[in-house]
Amino acid sequence: MIPPAPALAEHPAALALAGRHRLRIWEPIPWALALAFYFAFPNYLGFGTELLITALFALSLDLALGYAGIITLGHAAFFGAGAYTVGMLAKHGIWNEPITSLIAAGATAAVVGLGSGLVLLRTQGLTLLMLTLCTMSLLEEAANMGHEYTGGFDGLDSVPIPPLFGLFEFNPLYPKTQYLYVLAGLFLCFVFVRMLVYSPFGQSLTGIRENTLRMHAVGAPVRARLVTCYTLSAAVAGIAGGLWAQANAYVNLTTLGLDRAATVIIILILGGYGRLYGAFVGAVAYMGLSHFLAQLYPTAWQLGLGLLLVAIALCARNGILGIGESLLRRFGVTRARS
Amino acid sequence: MTARLLETRGLSRNFGALAAARGINFRLDAGARHALIGPNGAGKTTFINLLTGVLHPTDGQVLLKGHDITAITEAERVKLGIARTFQINRLFRGISVLENVYVAVAERVGAAPSMVRPAGKRTDVIEESMHLLETLKLQDDARHRVSELPYGRQRLVEIAIALGLKPEVLLLDEPAAGVPSAESHIILDAIGGLPAHIGVLIIEHDMDVVFRFAERITVLVSGAVFAEGTPKEIAASPDVRAVYLGQAAHG
Repeated sequence: MIPPAPALAEHPAALALAGRHRLRIWEPIPWALALAFYFAFPNYLGFGTELLITALFALSLDLALGYAGIITLGHAAFFGAGAYTVGMLAKHGIWNEPITSLIAAGATAAVVGLGSGLVLLRTQGLTLLMLTLCTMSLLEEAANMGHEYTGGFDGLDSVPIPPLFGLFEFNPLYPKTQYLYVLAGLFLCFVFVRMLVYSPFGQSLTGIRENTLRMHAVGAPVRARLVTCYTLSAAVAGIAGGLWAQANAYVNLTTLGLDRAATVIIILILGGYGRLYGAFVGAVAYMGLSHFLAQLYPTAWQLGLGLLLVAIALCARNGILGIGESLLRRFGVTRARS
Repeated sequence: MTARLLETRGLSRNFGALAAARGINFRLDAGARHALIGPNGAGKTTFINLLTGVLHPTDGQVLLKGHDITAITEAERVKLGIARTFQINRLFRGISVLENVYVAVAERVGAAPSMVRPAGKRTDVIEESMHLLETLKLQDDARHRVSELPYGRQRLVEIAIALGLKPEVLLLDEPAAGVPSAESHIILDAIGGLPAHIGVLIIEHDMDVVFRFAERITVLVSGAVFAEGTPKEIAASPDVRAVYLGQAAHG
C-alpha cells in the first residue's frame, strides 16, 4: 500500500475542488452594485425591484434546469403559487405579516413542486417539458375560474401589506422599502442556493445532469434527488412570486402565465445557466435592454431582444457569462505565453 | 479455496419472441478473472444488464453470496458491491476527471445527500478519489474535463468510477472497445492491476485481452451458455472454434 502522500492533497485538481466553494474576490461586487443602485437611482427603484425579483426567479430555475438538468417550461407555476398565496391570505384577511407570508408562499410552492415533481419527474425530455407546461396551465385556469378566491381574470388588487416590522411602509409610489426588502430576500435565497450547489448534493445533481444513466449505475437514488431539487427550486420560485405580490400589492394571472415561464428561460440562457450568477447577468441584460429598446423603438423593441437571443443561441451556448469565461481563458493563455 | 460470489440459475430474458438469455447458469468466484465471449448479438450485454438489475429476468435467479438478489434494484445492488463499466462511455463529460470519481465515492460513503457542508470540505472523499486516480495513472488528468481527454483515457475514467464504488464484483463491458491500438496497453495495464480480491467478469472481443487475463471463459451463443472452461479448454474446443474463434480469426 502506498501511504496517502501529502502531495496528493496538494494536487492542483484536489485543491481546486477543495476550494471551489470559497468566496471569490469579485463575488461581493454584484451586491455592492445593487446597493449602489438604491442610492444612485431613487427614481428607478420600481424597475430595480422588478429586476431583483426576476433575478431570484431565474436563480430558482437555474437550480432545477442549470444544475439538475430538469427541463421545464412551467416554472411560473411556482412563482404564481407563491404570489397567490400571499395575495389570497392578505386579501381575505387571514394573514398578511410580510415575512411569515413569504414563508407561507415558499411552503405552498414547495408542496406544489413536491406533488407535481413526484409524478412529472418519472418522465424526461419532451414529455417532461409538455407536462410541466400542462401543470402550469392547469393552475392558471384554476386561478382564472376560482373568481371568489383568486379574483379570476382581474386578479386581486390593493392587497393590504402592513409595514415591515411595523415600521417600514410598502409605498407603491416610492418603493424604497420594497427594494431593500426584496434585495434581502434575494440575498438569503442566493446564500441557500449557493450552499446547495457546492454541496455533495449539488455535485450529485450535476452528475444527474451530465449522465443520468451513470448516476443510476453508481447507486444514486436519482428520482429522489430530482424531486428534492425540484421541490427546493419551487420553494425559491414561490418566494420570488410572494415578493412580487408584496412589492406590487396585487396578483394576477400573468404570474402563472407561459409568458413569464418562457421569459425566465430566455433570461437564464442569456446570462448562462448552471453558473449561479447567470441569473443576475441575464436579468440585468434582458430587463435593461428591454427597458432601453422600448424607449428607443417603442414599436419594434422585441426585435432587438430576438436578434440577441439568436446570436447567443448560435455563437455562445453558455450565455454572456460563458463569453466572459472564454475571453478570460484566452487572455490567460496569451499572458502565459508571452 | 474459492468462495461463490455471484451466481445465476436458469436466468432467462425474452424480448417479445426473442430470447436474449436462455437458462443461463453461471458462477463467478471471489478474486476470479472470468471472460464472457460470444459473437455479436449473443446476449452478453443483456446478461450484464440482468446481473446489475437494469433489466429484470423473465425467469431464473441472480444470487450474491448465496442471497437471492433477483428482485433488488440497480442502486441497491451497487450498495451490495456490484459495479460495472459500459461498452460505450457513460461519463460525466462536462466536469473534471476528479469530480467524476468524487461523485461515485461520495455516493458509496453516503456523503452525497449532504446539502450543507461544501463538497470541498469532504477531504476524505477527495483524497480517496485522487488516490484511485493515481493507481490508474490518471492523476495528471485529474483537473481536465473528461471531454478533453483522448478516448483511451476516457475508458480509464469508466473503470475509475466503477472502482470508486469499491466493488466486490466488477463487470467490464468491452473495456478496450474503440481504443486505438497504440493506447490499448493503458487499459490492459489497468485491468492487470485491479485489486486481486475483486471478482472480475470481462466481456471482450479482443482475444489477446481475453487469453491474457482470463482464468475461465464462458462462451455465450444465442443467449445460452455454449461452453465454459479454462482458456486452454476453450481454445482447444473444436465446437467453439467453429462458432466463434474461427470466424474471429478471419475477421
